[in-house]
Amino acid sequence: MQIDELQQIATQVRRDIVRMVHQCKSGHPGGALGCTDFLTALYFEIMKVDTSFNMDGVGEDLFFLSNGHISPLFYSVLARRGFFEPKELGSFRHINSRLQGHPTTHDGLPGIRIASGSLGQGISVAVGAALAKKMNKDDRLVYVLTGDGELQEGQIWEAVIFAAAKKVDNLVVTVDWNNCQIDGTTQQVCDLGDLRAKFVAFGWDVLEMNGNDMEEVVRTLKSAQQHTMKDKPVLILMKTEMGFGVDYMMGTHKWHGSAPNDEQLKNAFAQLPETLGDY
Amino acid sequence: MSLANITYTEKKDTRSGFGVGIYEAGLANKNVVALCADLVGSLKLEKFIETFPDRFIQTGIAEANMIGIAAGLTIGGKIPVATTFANFGTGRVYDQIRQSVAYSDKNVKICCSHAGLTLGEDGATHQILEDIGLMKMLPGMTVMVPCDYNQTRLATKAIIEKHGPVYLRFGRPVWPIFTIAEDPDFEIGKAQFLSEGKDVTIIACGHLVWHAVLAGQELEKKGISVEVINMHTIKPLDVDAILRSVQKTKCVVTAEEHQMAGGLGESVASVLAQSYLAPLEMVAVKDSFGESGTPDQLLEKYGLMPKNIIAAAEKVMARK
Repeated sequence: MQIDELQQIATQVRRDIVRMVHQCKSGHPGGALGCTDFLTALYFEIMKVDTSFNMDGVGEDLFFLSNGHISPLFYSVLARRGFFEPKELGSFRHINSRLQGHPTTHDGLPGIRIASGSLGQGISVAVGAALAKKMNKDDRLVYVLTGDGELQEGQIWEAVIFAAAKKVDNLVVTVDWNNCQIDGTTQQVCDLGDLRAKFVAFGWDVLEMNGNDMEEVVRTLKSAQQHTMKDKPVLILMKTEMGFGVDYMMGTHKWHGSAPNDEQLKNAFAQLPETLGDY
Repeated sequence: MSLANITYTEKKDTRSGFGVGIYEAGLANKNVVALCADLVGSLKLEKFIETFPDRFIQTGIAEANMIGIAAGLTIGGKIPVATTFANFGTGRVYDQIRQSVAYSDKNVKICCSHAGLTLGEDGATHQILEDIGLMKMLPGMTVMVPCDYNQTRLATKAIIEKHGPVYLRFGRPVWPIFTIAEDPDFEIGKAQFLSEGKDVTIIACGHLVWHAVLAGQELEKKGISVEVINMHTIKPLDVDAILRSVQKTKCVVTAEEHQMAGGLGESVASVLAQSYLAPLEMVAVKDSFGESGTPDQLLEKYGLMPKNIIAAAEKVMARK
């Protein structure tokens, strides 16, 4: 797929995201907008997926969202990719919906393989799925996205030690490195220090990219594929801007977990023209 | 059916029953994968690991990660059996079990040894007495507490063939083996009647089933007709069996190596309160941590001996 086609999809996904959080007056637009280019590239260009969806995903690449609060992004990408009808996006966070506030397998939404929301659990799950692939002699890859604030969870580092020690090299973890969390910047809340040096010291193969440059995202993800199967788990430190694509949501952690009002929605829509058709 | 003929010829630890059970389950089903957080010897996993080295995952001392890996392994069709001590496999990782296993409906078997007071000398840090309660509260979780070596072996094999998350609780001490090896009456969720009686019902789980048998034998000698029920499955609870028995005896004693809060006794109390009012006495640990000591000393000090069950039975019969 051409870069401009991917960008068109990403624009529609961003439009979906602001619409979804506006409609239910809750949710987390900031991180979702920041990671839109990454997840669009992953699902439309990088991963081999089967939209008819079976849980085991044998012969497919798998993706796990560890920072489950950016669910509107996940739902929009899955819908736009064909896992379910985009019109279902309108049920986000409503009663009796399959699109729960945080992703869940509980209601059978195609594309979701694990519940997430309570942070720090996704890498462990992905490691398990990656080990199952090795046992099944399945050479496809397992991808995970985590937040950067999420790296403050201890379980992350249990998984990071394990994946290096056991050479889980069919695994690509991406960290959304936007420096923002609920109570402020990551530096203010609990500084993560030199993340590259930390992951290198833990035995990972570390790449970096600008997560808001589609061309660079695609190129880096393709490069990451080449780094797999070489005895080391692969990490991508992905610099993003929270709220990317909606100017008033950028450069602040204020939009981590709040929804736009009617006027703000109109403003956001003006910046995100409809490309694939609204749901 | 009297308790007089129930006896034992041998004692073994329930965890060894697990060790044999998982080995046999591994032979029967190639999808069984065992995980352990640095306690292979204590969990009796040696034979499984020796036979299936590629189906064993040593996670190191990182239980949260072990639960997550187990959840991930199910995606790809594996049947992961996550093992450690009961304290580290439940309370320490409650949220991981809640979100990645139970809420995600993953086919993970959490199999834990050293539950309760009878692990002995290590003391209260390791003697979890809250795990039944923690696990039974999770929607969709099956909770089993088999009573001896033979039954733990059977339970281990049975849970592998049952889809869905399971917590299997067993222990460290050698304990009388009084059930039969290939018990045709054993079934997940089905209470076992060890005797038929009309004066009092005694419902027990785990190690305390043996104490219930001993207590029942003494009561029978006094001319009391006792119905002893082995409730090896706490959830789903065999409500019909409880009601069938209590409608006859009109009173119940429960016995378990667990806090009174959250245990088997509370599950039985809930059934009685909702469906058939009858007096109930609970033999359990009363809002206390354990401590160091031998298993027998601890069971004595915390009131979990046959004599405590006898006293509870006499008290509950007087309340009818």
